[in-house]
Amino acid sequence: MEEILAKFVSQKISKTRWRPVPPGSLQTADTFATGSWDNEENYVSLWSIGDLGSLDSDGGLEGDHQLLCDIKHHGDVMDLQFFDQERIVAASSTGCVTIFLYRPNNRALSVSQQWTTAHYHTGPGSPSCSSAPCTGVVCNSPEIVTVGEDGRINLFRVDHKEAVRTIDNADSSTLHAVTFLRTPEIITVNSIGQLKIWDFRQQGNEPSQILSLTGDRVPLHCVDRHPNQQHVVATGGQDGMLSIWDVRQGTMPVSLLKAHEAEMWEVHFHPSNPDHLFTCSEDGSLWHWAASTDGPEKSSLFHQGGRNSTFLSHSISNQANVHQSLISSWLSTDPARDRIEITSLLPNRTLSVNTLDVLGPCLVCGTDAEAIYVTRQLFS
Amino acid sequence: MEEMHQAAIAAKDASSSRQLSSQVSILSAMELIWNLCEILFIEVAPAGPLLLHLLDWVRLHICEVDSLLADVLGSENPSKHESFWKLVTILVLQGRLDEARQMLSKEADANPTSAGMCRILGDLMRTMPVLSPGNTQTLTELELKWQHWHEECERHLQDSTFASSPHLESLCKIMLGDEAALLEQKEHLNNWYHFLVTRLLYSHPTVKPTDLHFYAQSSLDLFLGGESSPEPLDNILMAAFEFDIHQVIKECSIALSNWWFVAHLTDLLDHCKLLQSHNLYFGSNMREFLLLEYASGLFAHHSLWQLGVDYFDYCPELGRVSLELHIERIPLSTEWKALKVLRICEQRQMTEQVRSVCKILAMKAVRNNRLGSALSWSIRAKDAAFATLVSDRFLRDYCEHGCFSDLDLIDNLGPAMMLSDRLTFLGKYREFHRLYGEKRFVDASFLLLSLMTSQIAPRSFWMTLLTDALPLLEQKQVIFSAEQTYELMRCLEDLTSGRPLCGEPDTQQLQDDDIEATKVEMLRLALARNLARAIIKEGSLEGS
Repeated sequence: MEEILAKFVSQKISKTRWRPVPPGSLQTADTFATGSWDNEENYVSLWSIGDLGSLDSDGGLEGDHQLLCDIKHHGDVMDLQFFDQERIVAASSTGCVTIFLYRPNNRALSVSQQWTTAHYHTGPGSPSCSSAPCTGVVCNSPEIVTVGEDGRINLFRVDHKEAVRTIDNADSSTLHAVTFLRTPEIITVNSIGQLKIWDFRQQGNEPSQILSLTGDRVPLHCVDRHPNQQHVVATGGQDGMLSIWDVRQGTMPVSLLKAHEAEMWEVHFHPSNPDHLFTCSEDGSLWHWAASTDGPEKSSLFHQGGRNSTFLSHSISNQANVHQSLISSWLSTDPARDRIEITSLLPNRTLSVNTLDVLGPCLVCGTDAEAIYVTRQLFS
Repeated sequence: MEEMHQAAIAAKDASSSRQLSSQVSILSAMELIWNLCEILFIEVAPAGPLLLHLLDWVRLHICEVDSLLADVLGSENPSKHESFWKLVTILVLQGRLDEARQMLSKEADANPTSAGMCRILGDLMRTMPVLSPGNTQTLTELELKWQHWHEECERHLQDSTFASSPHLESLCKIMLGDEAALLEQKEHLNNWYHFLVTRLLYSHPTVKPTDLHFYAQSSLDLFLGGESSPEPLDNILMAAFEFDIHQVIKECSIALSNWWFVAHLTDLLDHCKLLQSHNLYFGSNMREFLLLEYASGLFAHHSLWQLGVDYFDYCPELGRVSLELHIERIPLSTEWKALKVLRICEQRQMTEQVRSVCKILAMKAVRNNRLGSALSWSIRAKDAAFATLVSDRFLRDYCEHGCFSDLDLIDNLGPAMMLSDRLTFLGKYREFHRLYGEKRFVDASFLLLSLMTSQIAPRSFWMTLLTDALPLLEQKQVIFSAEQTYELMRCLEDLTSGRPLCGEPDTQQLQDDDIEATKVEMLRLALARNLARAIIKEGSLEGS
């Protein structure tokens, strides 16, 4: 059973992200950033989970997360991403996008760059330049893509004062989240239940593909792409439904899984073990989905080594391509036959779990009950 | 609380240090009151254990003894430490006689002349009868034994056993419960309730709860000695000793600045069924009243409103109504926050509030020209009227610009189309355009006709629809059948006959009228020609 440490921090946490470890290094994640919301003064903070070397007598890990440094943030922190080891990008409810620089020697955060009018409303009734919240941000060095409630997509480059590319009115409704599909392509989800794929190589302002669910237009709140198979995308919706999509095929999701009882705020594939998926929701729960297609073996034992897809002994009818023998377990069309194990990770139901992030064996999540939960033994 | 204490010590400037210290003192006062209420009201300790509980209470809240103890014991020569006798006195005052004996034995080792006296005093300490939990001793037995012990102590004092050491003599007097001796130790006692408990320990160990307040009042008077007046905390504790719950709550409400403490204390007491026997003047009971006050206070806070929701849920009479009123007034700075508010309302079936919040958001969206957002909010609220408004906006935009904005939304309405007639019309009209673009003219014509005849098209739009029919009428092949052409003509006549004549037409209106008249003429001509061709086509045989 994993051990989860909780700490109450007197601010409601809206986003939390692990600091990336240097590539090729063997150390596990030990620092994470959080953003708060709904306070009169919001903060972006960095926390450290202490020395892995200090084990106490019965093998448990000592101490909980400690605050390293923090910095005031204007407006709610709507999204947070690490741009690289030292820089954090924060999206604000005032429509501003800020890059914070972390200096480990001084243990201090400072503002490195800011685009203050990244998102704004223009309309017959709104005053000129009334701000719109920026709802999502994603980075792929050196580019940053942001989306907001004004339906606008911005492409920024670090150290450029203006946006490199802006797609105005990309969507008539609110864009809730964005992620990279392939390097020049992004995928966005909006509040009328559509996924749109945009290609920055094309000049126009139209999406290159639109996928949606027929039936009720349930707003989609989060999206994440499979780390290795770039055509597999997972989304979470307002009714707590988890959908897995194959963007190469058709406009319908491949599988729909009824999950939470309320909005699903974040969905993440595990970056090195993609057969594991994590979702968190307004109903106060955090679920760990482990897909296994190999009979009664437990997935956690099987996928330790980092192998990320399994060989299906029964092939799926549409994908009988002989060379493509490695098929993602998420795309299987028969969820009843291929078992998905679901575990709830938080000990008791609290207020909404707004955010989560996974890196290696570590998981961090933040809630509206002003608590941060960390576990370092995800696959024990 | 410890963190705050450390923060207070470490604080850089005087004012924040003062503030933190005052917070610490308020918290510790609250803890003091709470524990006392637990002992007196909830545990309802009877005569014997009552004193033990009170002793624990005092020991818990006066904690500098432990550090002093560690200090003295850690020094090389404990009995020569400057605070040695102070420590022993405090231990005796708190009833920690075992530890006091250990201290005395150290003194005996160091100072052979007083060894004998220390031994005697130590024996007295050891033999003091106390009620141990689980002991089957009755109260009267305890009383007898204690009386016996008390007389022995008295005898030692009278025999001047401890005359040579003033410290030991004062200790003996304390153990006899001599009020004068106790009052001499005012600075070690620090406050009157400590004085009370010590006094009870050494003079009336089997005190009954009902007699407690006599001793409390007299202790307070003796301790203060007329020098200072009682503070609010003292009043609260006195009310507790008098077992007057309402007075306690009242005093706490007055003394403390917010409702947190009082609301929770009252809730706890209510659950123990201690408040129900009292009669109140106002309607709902006191617990609910205080919880409502507290929750309203939470809602005034910028981020604690989510907690207030849970408190309202536990108020059976007025909770729901209060929640309904409060939740509509939360400022909604982002859609994300609005979604959380809506989820709270939907979980409690507050449909009115859902509708009103969605309407606010939809209006904001319309003003910011986010028609897709507006539509998704009206779908969530199942608000047909607003959906009609949004559709009218779309249609107006079409009339002005000649093309649809936000095609991605209209093309993908799905079953939401059924929410309002106007929305359905919009969807179907867009479909007509699509069919026309794909050159599926027959289907397009059927759709167009059904739009006009099924009455879902707004009257103002009929002209546009008929104008759209014009190219279809002018096609080489006959698309509209005779029946359909009659229908179209009927619609046109409906439209033109229904138009009222204006009084004073100006030039613009004259021009408009001209355009209108030309359009009608062209339509009449096209319809007539189509009718002719249709009749001929239907009348003739195939293939000839």
